[in-house]
Amino acid sequence: MSEVLVVVDHVDGAIRKPTFELLALAKRLGEPAAVVFGGSDVASAAAEKLTSFGAEKIYVIDDAEIKGYLVAPKAEALAQLVEKSSPAAVLLVSGYEGKEVAARLAIKTGSGLITDAVDVEEGGVTTQSVFAGNFTVKAKVTHGTPIITVKPNSTSPVEEAGAGTVEEFAVTISDSAKKAQIVAAQPRKASGRPELTEAAIVVSGGRGTGGDFAPIEGLADALGAAVGASRAAVDSGWMPHSFQVGQTGKTVSPQLYVANGISGAIQHRAGMQTSKTIVAVNKDEEAPIFELVDFGVVGDLKEVLPAATEKINQRKG
Amino acid sequence: MNIVVCVKYVPDATADRQFESDNTVDRVGVDGLLSELDEYAVEQALQLKEKAGDDTEVTALCVGPEKAVDAVRKALQMGADKGIHVSDEAIAGSDYVATSLVLAKAIEKAGAEKPVDLVMCGMASTDASGSVIPAMLAERLDLPQVTFASVIESQGDQVRIKRDSDTATEVIGASMPLVLSVTDQTGEARYPSFKGIMAAKKKPMETWSLSDIGVEADQVGLSVAWSQVEETSARPPRTAGEIVTDEDGSGAEALTGFLASKKFI
Repeated sequence: MSEVLVVVDHVDGAIRKPTFELLALAKRLGEPAAVVFGGSDVASAAAEKLTSFGAEKIYVIDDAEIKGYLVAPKAEALAQLVEKSSPAAVLLVSGYEGKEVAARLAIKTGSGLITDAVDVEEGGVTTQSVFAGNFTVKAKVTHGTPIITVKPNSTSPVEEAGAGTVEEFAVTISDSAKKAQIVAAQPRKASGRPELTEAAIVVSGGRGTGGDFAPIEGLADALGAAVGASRAAVDSGWMPHSFQVGQTGKTVSPQLYVANGISGAIQHRAGMQTSKTIVAVNKDEEAPIFELVDFGVVGDLKEVLPAATEKINQRKG
Repeated sequence: MNIVVCVKYVPDATADRQFESDNTVDRVGVDGLLSELDEYAVEQALQLKEKAGDDTEVTALCVGPEKAVDAVRKALQMGADKGIHVSDEAIAGSDYVATSLVLAKAIEKAGAEKPVDLVMCGMASTDASGSVIPAMLAERLDLPQVTFASVIESQGDQVRIKRDSDTATEVIGASMPLVLSVTDQTGEARYPSFKGIMAAKKKPMETWSLSDIGVEADQVGLSVAWSQVEETSARPPRTAGEIVTDEDGSGAEALTGFLASKKFI
């Protein structure tokens, strides 16, 4: 059976959840082979977890020559690995970096590319949710090595150990791949809450918060959820852009999405419409968000949310 | 400086977007416009021109059907100096790979006399939302990419941007020529002024076919796309949910009850 390369998304060896989802999808297409960029310390930290989530092989690519530059060296390294291992497919996480590495890799290897898949079936047929979730598209790469970027939360990780054979893979990075330098990097501050795109529950606030996100954060913490914001809330300077859900922010697909004081403009819907269960609280009963919901409360979020938070905390005892 | 801004003509996101029977996006039957996210690229290109204050030229480049010329026109009205519209029936149905080939070849031709220093793009189109064309252009043109900029700083031929990725905020630097993509965080795009609209009518506009840019018809289009759409289907409308009106705390009670019934609590 051919290998399926899964490009590991990690921060200093701490693997982010979508990578485990990719391993589960890879198993449908062939033998999952994780690709870790990092030094030996990072690789050994990552190997155990990758193995327990099904990696049959773990390619380790030393990133000494790679980490200081944006995207291009990673694509070059992967192209060399694709050349060597002739994989059945390459899977990456749909984020800024995953998509751009995939883009360059597709050109380098003469391969078709599919972005933002929400499912990958046996045989390589992908499902995408497009036009703000109004259409479902099934597609397939028909040329070269299928390169597919997959959105977080597209499937559940499966804890089923693979062989986890570690193999170092040496790459050659050209000078022309080292022209866009990462001059500085500031890791995002840990909020103590789940990461927005990975979270099972997201509680978001919009214009209706009037800038006070305390009720949003209170409910989020009671539910163990991530906090999100609409573009209106971000543009007003109430929340940083990294919290924005929507077309120009994050796309989320959690089990539960709670939209508070958010009208539900198309730009916002594009970022959350594939959520499994949608709940909204809004003063305006005409708000378009109510067209999407499984459950809605017409009311003032400043009253409804704190009361609900208190009830939830009571239930938890 | 010679700046080329890639602009896409997309179906209006607020209209009823559809697919054709061959599973390509309906780009003719639905009202189209310049992709909102490309307006930010045009805006930043104009700001770079204004800052440079020299003979910097901004060219708006669009690949698309006849109607797509509207996207170029809008960029000219905003203040771009000239327009290029690559239009050829053979291009219809092209995937990312072929589209990036057409754009790259057009950029090469646009820079034949005066080399292109900056290729600028929006962070994504509002229809496909792929975000991959800037990286593909950088790959094809062998240029560095500084992409997803939320803040742009330039000095001479040096460009530095702020990029907010999922896990970190990074500063990326490179020297021109390069590919630069920008997010909506770079700031509001200007509206065309009446003067701008009038001036746009007199600005140079060229229409190129595939043969003008040295691309063969069999390199592009639906039939040779390296990814094929097998099926498109409208998502079944969500069944109307239960809506309650909050009265004296009943909303919180009902909300908690719903969340518990779905095992979220």
